[in-house]
Amino acid sequence: MLKGLIGKKIGMTQIFDEQGVAYPVTLIEAGPCYVTQVREPQSEGYSAVQLGFAEVNPKRLTSGELGHLKTNELPPLRFLREFRAKDHDLKVGDKITVAEAFAVGERVDVIGVSKGKGFAGAVKRHHFHGMNATHGTSDRNRAPGSRGSGTTPGRVYKGARGAGHMGMDRVTTQNLKVVLVDAERNLLGIHGAVPGPKGGLIMIKEARKQ
Amino acid sequence: MTDLLKAVEAKPNEKIPELRPGDTVSVHVRIKEGDRERIQEFKGTVIRLRKGGNEASITVRRMASNGIGVERTFLLRSPRIDKIVVERHNVVHRAQLYFMRGRTGKSARLKQKFD
Repeated sequence: MLKGLIGKKIGMTQIFDEQGVAYPVTLIEAGPCYVTQVREPQSEGYSAVQLGFAEVNPKRLTSGELGHLKTNELPPLRFLREFRAKDHDLKVGDKITVAEAFAVGERVDVIGVSKGKGFAGAVKRHHFHGMNATHGTSDRNRAPGSRGSGTTPGRVYKGARGAGHMGMDRVTTQNLKVVLVDAERNLLGIHGAVPGPKGGLIMIKEARKQ
Repeated sequence: MTDLLKAVEAKPNEKIPELRPGDTVSVHVRIKEGDRERIQEFKGTVIRLRKGGNEASITVRRMASNGIGVERTFLLRSPRIDKIVVERHNVVHRAQLYFMRGRTGKSARLKQKFD
């Protein structure tokens, strides 16, 4: 069975175990996902499984997307994502639910798109220290300071850290523990925080570093 | 979405009555010592009441010996809480009674409310 699912972030809460220890938990509405394509080394050059998530009004998909799903008699699905997987016995059209993919106590990697912060300064974006609050500083409290040397080299080196667009990046949080699996409601509870806003698309995989 | 958040909430403890800031309460907490379990009482004034499902909590303040104030925060949905007994209601005009931290002795008394 493939240890991977696509889901939607619901939000955070806390739950208790039998001893009364409270855990911070992120809830994810995970699956059910359909196998929409199986990639093989012979034909595509690598092994992977393409999963689809979230049934949607067919009008919201392009005819290309609909055709891809229709050939295998799958419902219209909004999101398609690929998971690398070698040893599996999945066929196109198979349905994967939370209870089949994950169990309480397992470790997972969670991938999401982080919250967009817009054009952010160097203090927020790269944790620069800013300048003095006193000692004659005026209007330069959150300035980045020098970006390089003088006449030699006479330019700013590429990759120098500075202000710019922050957030909306693909972020992976590794090795999080599964603390709740609710097959009835397709809910997955993960210990700790998960990248992205509420309602954001989340990919859950088996942890690479266990 | 909020319905799904509510779905994983623990059931409210039936032995916890409605609480208000300023109440004098005794909280019965289950404590594990090795493989034995016993119940410890913590008696004091509710100086803060936080609502919100699984995150609901109260902060209880009591004067220990030598006039040292002790505060403990209890999660109301925790299975460690056996029960809470309200011993008396008091008249308070604030939602958070942080001013009690600066008070000892006579000035730390609250007037009882009868209803």
